[in-house]
Amino acid sequence: MSVLLEVQELEAFYGRTKALHGVSFSIVNGGITTILGANGAGKTTTLRAISRMVRTTGTIRFESKPLEGKATEDVVQLGIAHAPEGRGTFVHLTVEENLRLGAWGRRERGRLTDDFERVFGYFPVLRERRRQAAGTLSGGEQQMLAVARALMLRPRLLLLDEPSLGLAPLVVREIFKILKTINETGVTILLVEQNAALALDLADHVFLLETGRVVMDGPSDVLRQDDTIRRAYLGY
Amino acid sequence: MDILIQQIVSGLATGGIYASLALALVMIYQATDVVNFAQGELAMFATYVCWTLLGAGMPYWAAFLSTLVIAFAGGVVIERVIIRPVENAPILSIVMVTLGLLVICNSLAGWIWTYVQKPFPSPFSSTPFKVGNIVFGAHDLGQIQVTLLVLLCIYLFFRFTPLGLAMRAAAHNPVSSRLVGIRVGWMLALGWGLASVFGAVAGMMVAPVLTLEPNLMGGVQIYAFAAATLGGFTSPGGAVLGGFIVGVVENLVGTYVSFIGTELKFTVALAMIIVVLLVKPTGLFGSTVVKRV
Repeated sequence: MSVLLEVQELEAFYGRTKALHGVSFSIVNGGITTILGANGAGKTTTLRAISRMVRTTGTIRFESKPLEGKATEDVVQLGIAHAPEGRGTFVHLTVEENLRLGAWGRRERGRLTDDFERVFGYFPVLRERRRQAAGTLSGGEQQMLAVARALMLRPRLLLLDEPSLGLAPLVVREIFKILKTINETGVTILLVEQNAALALDLADHVFLLETGRVVMDGPSDVLRQDDTIRRAYLGY
Repeated sequence: MDILIQQIVSGLATGGIYASLALALVMIYQATDVVNFAQGELAMFATYVCWTLLGAGMPYWAAFLSTLVIAFAGGVVIERVIIRPVENAPILSIVMVTLGLLVICNSLAGWIWTYVQKPFPSPFSSTPFKVGNIVFGAHDLGQIQVTLLVLLCIYLFFRFTPLGLAMRAAAHNPVSSRLVGIRVGWMLALGWGLASVFGAVAGMMVAPVLTLEPNLMGGVQIYAFAAATLGGFTSPGGAVLGGFIVGVVENLVGTYVSFIGTELKFTVALAMIIVVLLVKPTGLFGSTVVKRV
């Protein structure tokens, strides 16, 4: 299996504050990887570093091309879609306009009809809400929109920041089921999640972040059995 | 009655000019939270460019369109070269930069073209247009048409083109826009370009009425501020409607309220700004923006 993303000795800074202290990991093509960790461990920052939204040192390579020094817009064009913390909805615009914008950074232009059909197939509720202002959607629908918007890019790598945040368990399960389907179509997923049980079920590989460092790393089946993870993140 | 209708139509004509400039102000305000105090002066400068092209023998509409292209390019360059370096500076610094730009444009125009008033041609025939007993100025009617055409074009652009959509997205939500690959910086520059185009239209339409001089747009800009305040600085449609309202009110008050007349007409605009800010600070169509500080 080939390596899609490789991160080495990554340090990230907000002003003078260091948020990551030398994070290293790599992601293979086609899998679902999850980053677990408590609040403030640096999960979101790691995603933001990949999308070049924070100042960093160290190296990040996507398909062996370095991302450091690139602007966020250029990273998107390489095929990295990022559904950010807080969902990043364009609340003033309609659902359809939100989706159109998702395809803005795409290399291959072409018609969007197929893409619309595909994401409406995953999330039929978005088809019904197509002409509605995105700000009027419920939290769950906005999360679906965030994933759908990211898919419009036809990404190689999908970065998801806490898709379960603030949603009803039933909705979360539905979204996670669809993430699995999306992954099976060949999209590699890097998922940040606080809901460890759910994330371990979905992912095939796990990193555990603590205060800006990777402290554990392995296949999810193995880490699920680990006592530390079980006590601290699964709660039994 | 006839006089009333005439005054309303001529109010709509000047109102269209305020609407164009107000729209320019609102566009930049929405995208960057900055009021561009130099908007009127940029418009004046563009009008001088048109005057120069006309002097060189270019036909009116060719000069008009060339001026729009030059104004667009000028707006983009100013954003890239002058505004971009202070993009992340405190809001007051950016306001000072636009004030500086105002003074520079004004003096530069005086230096190049002198302060002597120059007649500026109207592309419309000078024979007035008669319906029954009511006489309409041909320039007034033409001016209304040009304004409405420009507004229609811009509406279609923002509503139906991918670039228009991306510009709206960049103005409302720059962070998410970057995450879908929109070059937000360039969208702002395009916004400045388009705003200069509206300003240039306003300048070229008002110059035949006021005659061309470096202080051409000083008054117009105040009226445009009144229009944008009235309609709401967060609402492009509101600013346009505000422009027409200010134009008509200004004219009617000047005609029918004897102690105001033409001398105090200008004060009406300032009074409107104060009243709106006291009664409904967000304007008629503006939305309240809650910011966490």
